[in-house]
Amino acid sequence: MSNAADTPSLLSLILFTPLAGAIVLLFISKRQVDLIRWIANATVALGFFVSLPLWFLYDSANPDWQFVEQMEWIPSIGAQYFLGVDGFSVLLILLTTMMGVIAVLSSWNAIQTRVKEYYIFLLMLQTGMIGAFVALDFLLFFLFWEVMLVPMYFLIGIWGSDNRLYSAIKFFLFTLVGSVIMLLGILAVYFYHQDVTGVYTFDITQFQELNIPYDLQWWIFLAFFLGFAVKVPMFPFHTWLPDAHTDAPTAGSVILAAVLLKMGTYGFIRFSLPILPEATQAFVPAVVLLSIIGIVYGALVAMAQRDWKRLVAYSSVSHMGMVMLGMFALTPVGITGSIVQQLNHGISTGALFLLVGVVYERRHTRMIAEYGGLSKIMPVYAAIFLVMTMSSIGLPTLNGFIGEVLILQGIFVVSKTWAFFAASGIVLGAAYMLWLYQRTMFGTVDNPKNENLPDVSLREFATFAPLLLLAVWIGLYPKPFLDRLETSVDKVMMRVNADYTPRFAVAATGGVEEGADVRLPLVVDGTAPPGADVAGTPLIETPVRGGAR
Amino acid sequence: MPAGFTAADFYYLLPELLLTAGALLVLVVDLLVPRRDSAVVGTAMATLAASTVAVLAFAGLDTTISAGLLAIDGFAAFFKVLFLLSAGITLLMSVPYLRVEGVRPGEYCFLILCATLGMMFMASGIDLITLFIGLETMAISFYILTGFLKPSRRSNEAAVKYFLLGAFSLGLLLYGMSLFYGVTGTTSLAGISEALAGTDGSLLLSLALILLGAGMGFKIAAVPFHMWAPDVYEGAPTPVTAFLSVGSKAASFAMLLRILLEGLPGLTADWQVFFWALAAVTMTVGNIAAITQSNIKRMLAYSSIAHAGYLLIGLVAASDRGVTAMMVYLWVYLFMQLGAFAILSMLRRKDVVGDELKDLSGLYFRQPAAAIAMLIFMLSLGGIPPTAGFMGKFWLFSAAIESGFIWLAVIGVVNSAISLYYYIRVVVFMWLKEETLGSPITISPAIATALVIAVVGSLLFGVYPQALFDQAQSATEMLGVSAPAAVLLQP
Repeated sequence: MSNAADTPSLLSLILFTPLAGAIVLLFISKRQVDLIRWIANATVALGFFVSLPLWFLYDSANPDWQFVEQMEWIPSIGAQYFLGVDGFSVLLILLTTMMGVIAVLSSWNAIQTRVKEYYIFLLMLQTGMIGAFVALDFLLFFLFWEVMLVPMYFLIGIWGSDNRLYSAIKFFLFTLVGSVIMLLGILAVYFYHQDVTGVYTFDITQFQELNIPYDLQWWIFLAFFLGFAVKVPMFPFHTWLPDAHTDAPTAGSVILAAVLLKMGTYGFIRFSLPILPEATQAFVPAVVLLSIIGIVYGALVAMAQRDWKRLVAYSSVSHMGMVMLGMFALTPVGITGSIVQQLNHGISTGALFLLVGVVYERRHTRMIAEYGGLSKIMPVYAAIFLVMTMSSIGLPTLNGFIGEVLILQGIFVVSKTWAFFAASGIVLGAAYMLWLYQRTMFGTVDNPKNENLPDVSLREFATFAPLLLLAVWIGLYPKPFLDRLETSVDKVMMRVNADYTPRFAVAATGGVEEGADVRLPLVVDGTAPPGADVAGTPLIETPVRGGAR
Repeated sequence: MPAGFTAADFYYLLPELLLTAGALLVLVVDLLVPRRDSAVVGTAMATLAASTVAVLAFAGLDTTISAGLLAIDGFAAFFKVLFLLSAGITLLMSVPYLRVEGVRPGEYCFLILCATLGMMFMASGIDLITLFIGLETMAISFYILTGFLKPSRRSNEAAVKYFLLGAFSLGLLLYGMSLFYGVTGTTSLAGISEALAGTDGSLLLSLALILLGAGMGFKIAAVPFHMWAPDVYEGAPTPVTAFLSVGSKAASFAMLLRILLEGLPGLTADWQVFFWALAAVTMTVGNIAAITQSNIKRMLAYSSIAHAGYLLIGLVAASDRGVTAMMVYLWVYLFMQLGAFAILSMLRRKDVVGDELKDLSGLYFRQPAAAIAMLIFMLSLGGIPPTAGFMGKFWLFSAAIESGFIWLAVIGVVNSAISLYYYIRVVVFMWLKEETLGSPITISPAIATALVIAVVGSLLFGVYPQALFDQAQSATEMLGVSAPAAVLLQP
């Protein structure tokens, strides 16, 4: 961990920069609105800047946790202040800090009331999200996980639109019920670990080495599942999402879509899969079924929406179903694709919410029927929207394509039926997105209110620029991203599949033959988990992908 | 066991004696000193401080005094400090409240100190008689305090109701105690434990246990013995409600722990079943009833019922961790509950009663600091990190899981999620309703001090709870509870 020695408390710095900004804001008079805006923007910019070293200093070849910080927090229960990252969390942290900049910048004109509180909540939210991604102590993770709820509740409840109170409380209670059940699961792992080793700890790295008996795993998986599935959100736990998204202010929707939903998928990959590998295998059919329903249902409902923002919200349900499907293929390619698609979803859906925000700020309506022919009035806007639509539906040369191809490739080897449904989701996605584009951008400008809308301002363009850049970058040259994910995915795969040959070990020993057969086992330690064969996951052959893509 | 009192006994009773002397002094000051209000409160505060110092001086001891009637140990000290601190915070929030109500603080402070004295004997007592007398001292003080607002019908009604139901419950408790005496021939907890060792539970013992449980159930306001709580909480002067919900509850739990763990360890399996059911019903009924309340004092009464349910989880676990969890939670509860009541006391003005939800409307725009404090208390009561309430609940639920009571933990966490609904509603009123009612709200220095203590406690023990955990753990060790194996987690 040489990089940890060079940058001793980099993660703490990234973690607490936004909080420090929030504390500074507390002491500024609420009348100095512009000063408050400048400080908030400077804070998130600084937050992004200090997170950049993660990209450059993260060592993709090193399978260990990096930038580790570890010290005692509550010794009597074994909780620690324990931070560390792998490639997966590095990418999500960078996404978070970047989205933070964009969200804060996009609020400059949109937020005119209670400006000070708004930025304080936004910055607190930022610290909560980063904290969840860097924590390697389960209790610390849970703390940050819950800390996110309160600022988001206020962001929706105070600065939201029409039904904000209802949406805010719905978001709060749904997430809370899921997460308190998850807490019980955490405690079960905690006591099991104590039972086996005699040590009380919440150390995730040690939890990931446990071999919990299958029956207990099953229950813990269920507890974790409730916590994470609400956040993703998976069908049928998704009902809070359209309301929350629709009523949240633009920046809230952007953060919610780009980062908060990733908490759920992050939780699955970081906790459920490695800590509970056998239960994961057993739950594959159920999770896959819910994901497929989510993909198709989300897409169909999106198609029927008359509210622009609600349409994008339902498209999230569909896309996140895709992410879950890729993950639960439990193949390295599928998981890699799932992670890449998480980033893509953050980029493209984040941008789509920003785009809605731009016109909402001008017209104060989100009804699709109110718009039409905008490409003539706002050409730059239309161009950005076009790129992001294409990114969302997975056009080659843009980021969405890479993620979808990887996911499809990952699940195709497991089940062609699943792949069929996943592909149908992509087709439906193209349908509702292109239809949306057609209804809003093309045609004649028949609504006189739209005739004099100004095109995107320089500040607005600045919020889109990084997203456009990333969409093209990942679409054309995803290798830097995939490289960083390799060891993370390998570690997860080694847990869920005992016979899996890791790629980083391959590199060290000079390589395994390309295409060597590795069986995805249902049998671990000689005992089949009950119910697994009933569930009918087929024994399939997965070719090992040897480094090169 | 030495017979009779010795000089050393009086030495070890110093905290209680100081409190008694201080209480009498308060009455004298009230009679003699001109401009007496602040002098009276000052005397009472000084008494509490002196008694606290004396308690802390004896905190490291583990001995019994007065012919085995009282224990001077870490467990007692842990609770005594809690009672003294909550009495102090209660006095702080009483100052402006009594002024608005036009009540002179003389007898009021005297009664608060008397109630505290009773609580201290409840934590120290290791004999059924001592415990009962402590409980009576506390209860009678509270009957009077509840009806202290003489012109208020609600206050009078609450006092009568509390007195009648309280007397009835004490009767049940006493009946249960007499049955234990009948079976074992002693009132000493150690003696009872010895006499019951090796015997199987009989019908008579079960009856005694149920009567004891019912009597104590009244005191901690556990369902189905909770009927008095909402009316009494609503009618009593707000600071008295605060003290009742924190001090009286903590003292009753201390007494319950003493009796069950020191006197009846042999019947653990029996009382675990009883309190399992009590905990599950109490949490659920308390939380669901709280949702529909529009009066905050009633809402907090039901929330306090629910919290009694959470606390009982620790008792059911009957382990080191469970008892530690209860003690941690009672401390945490002190800060958040007293803090919330301090806010309500602050809202009491000439033209506003300040106990309806709508009285909180727009608080954030009038007194942002108070609104932020209330937000912290509500989040803490709901158990959201990084507040102390989360750490407390964490201990309780983890104790349940360790002892294998998974379903009780599930009921507990689901309940704590439900509870957020009504806690958050308070926040909604403070932040999101813009209309404001009544005359301007002022934060007096006394209330400000109370709020600062409560906020610091609610946050500090959420972010860095180690110190509290250590204290609770060493206090628990004094009781000598054996840690059970985590049976259900075995493969």
